[in-house]
Amino acid sequence: MTVVATPADLADRIGHILAEHQGTDGACLLVLQAIQRAFGYVPAAALEPVAKALSLSHADVYGVLTFYHDLRRAPPGRHVVRVCQAEACQAMGARGLTEQLARRFDVALGDTTKDGAVTLEPVYCLGNCALSPAVTVDGALYGRATEFLVLERLGAVR
Amino acid sequence: MKSATFFVSGDSASVSVGADDLVRAIAAEAKRRGIEARIVRTGSRGLYFLEPMFEVETDEGRMGFRPSGTMAECVTEMFDSDISPKARTCLGLMDDLPWLRRQERLTFERCGIIDPRSVGDYRFHGGFLGLERALGLTPEEIVAMVTDSGLRGRGGAGFPAGVKWNTVLGAPGDVKYICCNADEGDSGTFADRMLMEGDPFLLIEGMTIAALATGAAKGFLYIRSEYPAAIAMMRHAIDAARAGGWLGVDIRGSGKAFDIEVREGAGAYICGEETAMLESLEGKRGMVRAKPPLPALEGLFGKPTVVNNVLTLAAVPLILSRGAAYYRDLGMGRSRGTQPFQLAGCVRNGGLVEKAFGITLRTLVEDFGGGTATGRPIKAVQVGGPLGGYIPEELLDLPADYEALAEAGFMLGHGGLVVFDDRVDMLAQARFAMEFCAHESCGKCTPCRIGAVRGVEVIDRIAAGAEPAKNLALLEDLCTLMTDGSLCAMGGLTPMPVRSALRHFPDDFRRSAAAAE
Repeated sequence: MTVVATPADLADRIGHILAEHQGTDGACLLVLQAIQRAFGYVPAAALEPVAKALSLSHADVYGVLTFYHDLRRAPPGRHVVRVCQAEACQAMGARGLTEQLARRFDVALGDTTKDGAVTLEPVYCLGNCALSPAVTVDGALYGRATEFLVLERLGAVR
Repeated sequence: MKSATFFVSGDSASVSVGADDLVRAIAAEAKRRGIEARIVRTGSRGLYFLEPMFEVETDEGRMGFRPSGTMAECVTEMFDSDISPKARTCLGLMDDLPWLRRQERLTFERCGIIDPRSVGDYRFHGGFLGLERALGLTPEEIVAMVTDSGLRGRGGAGFPAGVKWNTVLGAPGDVKYICCNADEGDSGTFADRMLMEGDPFLLIEGMTIAALATGAAKGFLYIRSEYPAAIAMMRHAIDAARAGGWLGVDIRGSGKAFDIEVREGAGAYICGEETAMLESLEGKRGMVRAKPPLPALEGLFGKPTVVNNVLTLAAVPLILSRGAAYYRDLGMGRSRGTQPFQLAGCVRNGGLVEKAFGITLRTLVEDFGGGTATGRPIKAVQVGGPLGGYIPEELLDLPADYEALAEAGFMLGHGGLVVFDDRVDMLAQARFAMEFCAHESCGKCTPCRIGAVRGVEVIDRIAAGAEPAKNLALLEDLCTLMTDGSLCAMGGLTPMPVRSALRHFPDDFRRSAAAAE
């Protein structure tokens, strides 16, 4: 979910998130995760108020933001398809499935289609290794996944 | 028939192949027949190869059914047969399934049976007996029981749990922490997830006993973000346990306090490394710390900290309730008790098998697993996640035991077995090991940060047939450097899958070179 926010709205909601985490030990990652839940990504404008509120440097916060694969610095597509690239899924054809989906959406793994409809992302293990290959479509987990299943799910949610 | 009780797994893997649709099909057909259906959402039995499936309560026990056609057809047939084995889709009594009967389910004894959202159901099935016992013991007595049980850390390193707890118990300071590592990032493993979704109070009980044993008042449960259902279930269970007096300021009137906070990971594999996890819990980049100091002495926020894996802590309640000897009498050598093994990848019968240590890999993969999913020959089994070795088919008679595997150049890790059929290209798998390390390295130490990138490049040159002998020697040299020079297991063990591929599947490295010529 991506929310387009005005600067005032952004400041207001980030202020609210920071207030919620006041007094929490080691809050930086928690705050960035909460901001992403609210906006779908972490807007650049969020760094300054977060750093200030947590008594951290801008670089500290930026360092956390760029370390974790989950945290986004740009909005994702309207739908996010994640395809597991790890060994158990490889053993069941995940590489081929990834190529099929990349071709179908005309997008490289890790990118968003030009029309902003779909982001195709790698993920390293969804814990569904006995039902490989595994994917998520907008957060919902699927096992024994095929190109058809992914397209069907996207059709159902579009 | 006026009413019937059904059990359908609500485990995220079961749901990922249609368990929710099955619930709807049962409810609809029962309604049409005027039968009152009580549908309990349990955790998973670990019979993923049979999913989606459901169970019905009968006088003899729970009867299993597995749709072969549509779900509605299966449900209709089940009612028409009067819930009996006459139905084509009936699996028989669950307790009679050889796949389950041949296991030694201790940690997972309740998983798939109980309603994971109910404290009452947990209690009814023997839950909290270990904690009740622990409340009457001194910290030293609890630590002694865990030490005597021979329990070793299930995260991969196999360090004796009692020794770690004793260090924290003896560490000076008023503030201590229990940190449970549920950052189960290894491909081919899902036991932590299954347990958290299917029997969450067991983990709460184990963490609370660890707190009583070491004098900690606060626990953190670090769960990876890829497990949203486990996060939700654990948060629910923690609230329910607190409401029932099993957590909080005065646990069951004992005057002792302990509480647990769930923290969500953010997609970094390295945070499964204990010191990186501590950094992440402190809200920072998940950079590995140099040891010493040991986390047991200077861990979370610099305080003495127990860091244990989910399965380690989940084994503790049973040790307390049934005694150290009960647990210690299972297993082989210095590997005591049971290990939840996870059969994954290209395997016909994928799922969770809990057995005492010492079972051979072949029994797991062939007898339980039924061979490959494709029916083709097994080429390799990767044991212990992305940092574990690729074991060739001819070595599958090795026993699953920490020392026996280490001696043969492999490791048990978190007990995941990923099966590959004969179509796998081991050069590609070796390349992936390096690529994964480059992707997930925290970047603190050079052998891992740079070595993994160089590793990919060298393997690409071998694949392209460029001076293969020289580049193979270079790869060996790089593996030695990464093994000896890396700060943690990420860089230190990435050479294990690479070297096992080189040693046991040399043809795959020659073939690529030959094809390029």
